[in-house]
Amino acid sequence: MDDNCPYDLLSVQEADFDVAYEYAQLRENNSQDGAIVFFSGLVRDFNQGQDVTGLFLEHYPAMTAKALAGIIDQAKSRWPINRVRLIHRVGQLHLADQIVFVGVSSSHREAAFEACHFIMDYLKKQAPFWKKETTKKGDWWVETLEKDQKALDKWQQDDPTDS
Amino acid sequence: MINIVFFAQLREQLKSDGLQLDIPTPCTVKEIQVALLAQNPQWRDFISNPALMCAVNQDMVQLDAMVENGNEVAFFPPVTGG
Repeated sequence: MDDNCPYDLLSVQEADFDVAYEYAQLRENNSQDGAIVFFSGLVRDFNQGQDVTGLFLEHYPAMTAKALAGIIDQAKSRWPINRVRLIHRVGQLHLADQIVFVGVSSSHREAAFEACHFIMDYLKKQAPFWKKETTKKGDWWVETLEKDQKALDKWQQDDPTDS
Repeated sequence: MINIVFFAQLREQLKSDGLQLDIPTPCTVKEIQVALLAQNPQWRDFISNPALMCAVNQDMVQLDAMVENGNEVAFFPPVTGG
């Protein structure tokens, strides 16, 4: 962690976010990093076979920040990354809205790419968020996918410290 | 006394967002499930779902985890954020 940078690591919020602003924050007064990788997740109009018109994101307020901070700590212990910015929205969202932002800076691109991917994969399986989709046929809770667990298993198999 | 909380689909299925449970401690999460079912037998299909996740004091745990007096124990379906 860059102790000289009063950097806001994570936010759980109803409000939208500005990717350009977040990217600028990752760059500001930062001459040590040669790479920034970021991911933004959006509400799309199909999922599990239904016509989605929006979604509601519920979370466990007392746990959410703790779980996300734990995931960021794991990424920082695994890759030489510098700044991390994580935003997850909650509440009512509409089609094409932004849901999540993960931005990672590092001296080198490999660490930034992998850490960003790792944080998203872990967030999807270990942070207490639940999506309830609004569809033309009614509201329903999104179900967990086997591919998300496989994504997590891959990181555990690849972990050089976990032998 | 243990503070029990439920989230998402489980909260809707149980028609409860939580309760205070009086149970001798320390005990396991599994013993808490058994006590909840003894008080609310109509919850069986939902509380006994092996896919449910659990957290003690906001840390994910398995069913054999220990719970102390005053802890918060959360039950919820597999998470679907991101």
